[in-house]
Amino acid sequence: MYDGGKIIIGLIIGIGLFLSPFFYNAGKAAKAPDPELTAKAKEAKVCVAQKSYMRESHFTLLDEWRHTSVRDGERYYTASDGKKYYKSLQVTCLDCHSNYSKFCQQCHDYVDVNPYCWDCHILPEEKK
Amino acid sequence: MGVDRREFLKIAGYAALFGLGGKAAIDILAPGELEASMQGIPLTQGKRWSMVIDMRKCLKQQEAGKDGCKECMIACHREHNVPDWGNPKHAIKWIWQDKYEHVFPDTPNQFIDEGVRHKPFILMCNHCLNPPCVRVCPTQATFKRESDGIVAMDMHRCIGCRFCMAACPYGSRSFNWGDPRKAPKELNPDYPTNRAYPERSKGVVEKCNFCVELVAKGELPACVQACDKIKVHALNFGDLDDPESNVRKLLREHYTIRRKPALGTEPNLFYII
Repeated sequence: MYDGGKIIIGLIIGIGLFLSPFFYNAGKAAKAPDPELTAKAKEAKVCVAQKSYMRESHFTLLDEWRHTSVRDGERYYTASDGKKYYKSLQVTCLDCHSNYSKFCQQCHDYVDVNPYCWDCHILPEEKK
Repeated sequence: MGVDRREFLKIAGYAALFGLGGKAAIDILAPGELEASMQGIPLTQGKRWSMVIDMRKCLKQQEAGKDGCKECMIACHREHNVPDWGNPKHAIKWIWQDKYEHVFPDTPNQFIDEGVRHKPFILMCNHCLNPPCVRVCPTQATFKRESDGIVAMDMHRCIGCRFCMAACPYGSRSFNWGDPRKAPKELNPDYPTNRAYPERSKGVVEKCNFCVELVAKGELPACVQACDKIKVHALNFGDLDDPESNVRKLLREHYTIRRKPALGTEPNLFYII
């Protein structure tokens, strides 16, 4: 192999550069955010579905809501406990969860998702 | 291979028998369903929302005020967060005005009476019975609600191709050339005006939705409410399918006209002139 030493050194430097972000961030895992509940949400105790379901699949529920309310005109959702909710992200969900940055945004940032809900739906004004 | 005459006649006979049987069976088991599915767009079943606009009352009110009456337009644009861009090319039109000659171009008359000549008529989406915008939409973002005939928009699906704008013969659809949140602040000081209703994003088409969100709650559309509030009652919203409704009563008692009836779109907006 001609210039074997140079090639190997080059490879080591190259791989080292490629892996540098891993070494740089090693042991510094970002803390999983803990969504904060507002006083109103705490008081209500229950959401429209179980906490575990809402945590994992709120987007499925929201997708279903938007489809059934916009396209089928079914504007009310009956929860498993029989309580009726008006299907609206902006009016119903954000009424309790009015702390967007502490409830929605920090988790979305953590898992690196960019839902485009807020391009049209108006966020509540947050108290600083 | 090859079918002789006898075989062919047998097959044809059975095919005819089953073909007829199939159609007859569907007619007995699910009457009307086959006919409905044969049409491109399902026609309104049951309720059919419509509006009868009494232009005599409207024009009287417009002439009474100094700058004319704009109550219905203000109410609608406040309800639906419709921004003012200050540029007619970018205007978002849900409810707007135009001259009689432009609204009813197929009845030209050089010597039309002064009562309507150049007079500003109130315009909005006609919520046609046979909407061309719905037929051309490639994503079915715009659709006709079977339950009440409202031509609605699903903003989540609109890709902004503007086929519907080309198809609509009434100019009822507007394109968002910019993000509504970036509309000039001095023209929209308190935007968004209704925090319970969403805005739109850049690159979608929008139009009058016959206040589907208010009708669902059993309220009248915002423009009608505004008109009733100033006790003009020029806008009348009702069910065309109910022979005893307010709109049917008005249509029975007055001569009404619709925009471009020859196109066969069957508008659900009627004008008393």
